[in-house]
Amino acid sequence: MKRVTKLLSLGLVLMMVVGMLSACGDKKDENADGATTGGKVLNIRVWNDEFAKRMRDHMPGYTVTDKENPLGGGMLGDVKVVFTQVENKGTAYQDALDAALEKQGDAKDDEKVDIFLVEADYAAKYIESSYALDVHTVGLTDSDLANQYQYTKDAVTDSNGVLKGVSWQACPAGLIYRRDIAEKVLGTDDPEKVQEAVKDWATFTATAETMKGEGYAMVAGYDDTFRVFSNNVTSKWVVDGKLNIDAQLKAWVDQTKEFTDKGYNNKASLWDDNWSSGFYPEGNVFCYFGPAWFIDFSMKAEASKSVAAQGGWGLVEGPQGYFWGGTWICAAAGTDNADEIKDIMLAMTCNEEVMTNIVKKDNDFANNKAAMEAMAKTDYTSKVLGGQNPLSIFAAAASNVELKYISTYDQGCNESFQKAMKDYFDGVCDYETALTNFKNTIKAKYPAITVE
Amino acid sequence: MADTKKSQKHRSVTRGKWGIIFLLPFALAFFAFQLYPLVSTIYNSFFKNFRDGLTQVGPEFIGLENFKTLFQDGLLLKYAGNTLIMWLIGFIPQILISLLLASWFANHRLRIRAAGFFKTVIYMPNLIMASAFAMLFFALFSDIGPVNAVLESMGFGTFRFFSSVWATRILVGFMNFLMWFGNTTILLMAGIMGIDPALFEAAEVDGARPGQIFRQITLPILRPILLYVMLTSMIGGIQMFDVPQILTDGYGSPNTTSMTLIMYLNQHMYSKNYGMGGALSVILLIMTAILSLLVFKFMVKKKED
Repeated sequence: MKRVTKLLSLGLVLMMVVGMLSACGDKKDENADGATTGGKVLNIRVWNDEFAKRMRDHMPGYTVTDKENPLGGGMLGDVKVVFTQVENKGTAYQDALDAALEKQGDAKDDEKVDIFLVEADYAAKYIESSYALDVHTVGLTDSDLANQYQYTKDAVTDSNGVLKGVSWQACPAGLIYRRDIAEKVLGTDDPEKVQEAVKDWATFTATAETMKGEGYAMVAGYDDTFRVFSNNVTSKWVVDGKLNIDAQLKAWVDQTKEFTDKGYNNKASLWDDNWSSGFYPEGNVFCYFGPAWFIDFSMKAEASKSVAAQGGWGLVEGPQGYFWGGTWICAAAGTDNADEIKDIMLAMTCNEEVMTNIVKKDNDFANNKAAMEAMAKTDYTSKVLGGQNPLSIFAAAASNVELKYISTYDQGCNESFQKAMKDYFDGVCDYETALTNFKNTIKAKYPAITVE
Repeated sequence: MADTKKSQKHRSVTRGKWGIIFLLPFALAFFAFQLYPLVSTIYNSFFKNFRDGLTQVGPEFIGLENFKTLFQDGLLLKYAGNTLIMWLIGFIPQILISLLLASWFANHRLRIRAAGFFKTVIYMPNLIMASAFAMLFFALFSDIGPVNAVLESMGFGTFRFFSSVWATRILVGFMNFLMWFGNTTILLMAGIMGIDPALFEAAEVDGARPGQIFRQITLPILRPILLYVMLTSMIGGIQMFDVPQILTDGYGSPNTTSMTLIMYLNQHMYSKNYGMGGALSVILLIMTAILSLLVFKFMVKKKED
């Protein structure tokens, strides 16, 4: 018995030593900032299954291992595709990604991050770092990217003018209204005429009063119009290292306070049960604000009793153009799969046919000007929108979206500002107190920002 | 004679060696998981050390600057107050109900049926994760949750619990009470059952009423256990965060009135701020030590009187 144990421990020690040696042998001399080719495993960091699904459905030459589980990965030619998913809530996704990127130089080839996805709210953090590669390094040319919407490029262009990511979607957003309520209160559900009733904020407020008279809420809650205002700011959250509150954000606060006090909303917060109760016929909410992904992904179209499933929504431009969200594909510095990354970027974000298919299959709004403008003239319709073709509205909005004022602090600032102002809307405290609470949160969350 | 002495000495050395060997696992675990983190927290509190996006700032020695920042804006005091209030809301009913239940369960005269069943039931809430508990309550008391549906049907209209300072605090206190009263009951019961039954019998023979027995016999003998319950609950109270964190999404709403000290500490994790986080932890350590000493002194002195 004793002998067996001894042999066993000797074996274990040997295994450890050999493992350590082989790990050393694997290490190659290479430039961590660049990209090499020939890797056998393509590692992709994601926070949900959206990109994995898009790959499964649209990527030429990619075979998914398990159709029901797109995150399970598959084979792209003879390269194994591995997805690593970490939830987006809070900073979990970023923390895990940061840790992986920091180890990139020492990681084994098969464990190196090759592609990572970023969201608009924190894209700037990675774009300004050396962890994301210039897409031209991977092999994309300006002519490949010519049809992409300008704002989707601005969002991921660093301060030196280097483009570091590409996206398959554009997220211009509009106002989504309940057709039956429009019919009843405004006398029509025709998008053109409904747009007249919400064409600017003053008219929007007047319509809200009418809605209230009929027992309807104009919007569900506090945060619905936030993105409309916050996308139309004329300055960043942080200017010269100091916290800055743009006039548009104050305008959102004033409007929402007025709407709350006058009973134009249901006092809901984004994503909560009260907020989403408007997705069903029993709800009394006239309109929501959102982009294409919101209509297909968030409005409970899968529930047979929802307004969406019955095609009861309509889309108009609304009072102000804006965008919401968006996912970008970035190539990680130090990748050993430059060829595959190029193929994916080209196919998923530049190929007109793939882009058209994404719209047809997923009702997303794809990032290709020519394809979208062509499709706007076809008989493509959205089921959720009761047979309306939303593409011309989205296409018009996408060309107008500007994305100049994003900073690396947007996620925390947007989130905390909405949270803090809720107390003011609820009447728990006055605006000054809510603002102080917000500033205190920022002080703790971002010690690098000077707060006055 | 000399021989015996030698062998005795030898034996005691041997035993000492075994003592050390048996202590080793604890000592190692203590050094690795308690002492080292403790010392490094204190060490970190003197440094400017956080992340700005992907950029590491520091570590740079800045002396007591972190502590100064913490005390300057007065938030610390406010959050300590919140923590104390929510702890008291939970602790006062907890200790009273637990005492009552414990004396009932330990009283053989009452002959409570299925006592084992009830003891299990009251302990149950403690088995649920605090975060799951908080999410459950969040759903129950939300603006369109079941509680409001009941209120509505009774004609009271909707009450927005999480927009009311006291409703939120009371809910947090209530949840902590529900989670911990079972645990406290079991501890107190063990204490009461440890009391010599002859004392109770003697008191009864002397004609003492149940209330008198409880006040004159049970309570004084139970003091060490009460002290233990009080101390552990207080230390737990200072570290309270899970329930309000989940219930208010980490913001301590409304108007930061349910923000506890540890939730404030959590905010500093957003930028991996080891410096400020360390400083806040050191302050918490000192606070806990002082409060524990005070309670200890107070209780022990009373016993001597």
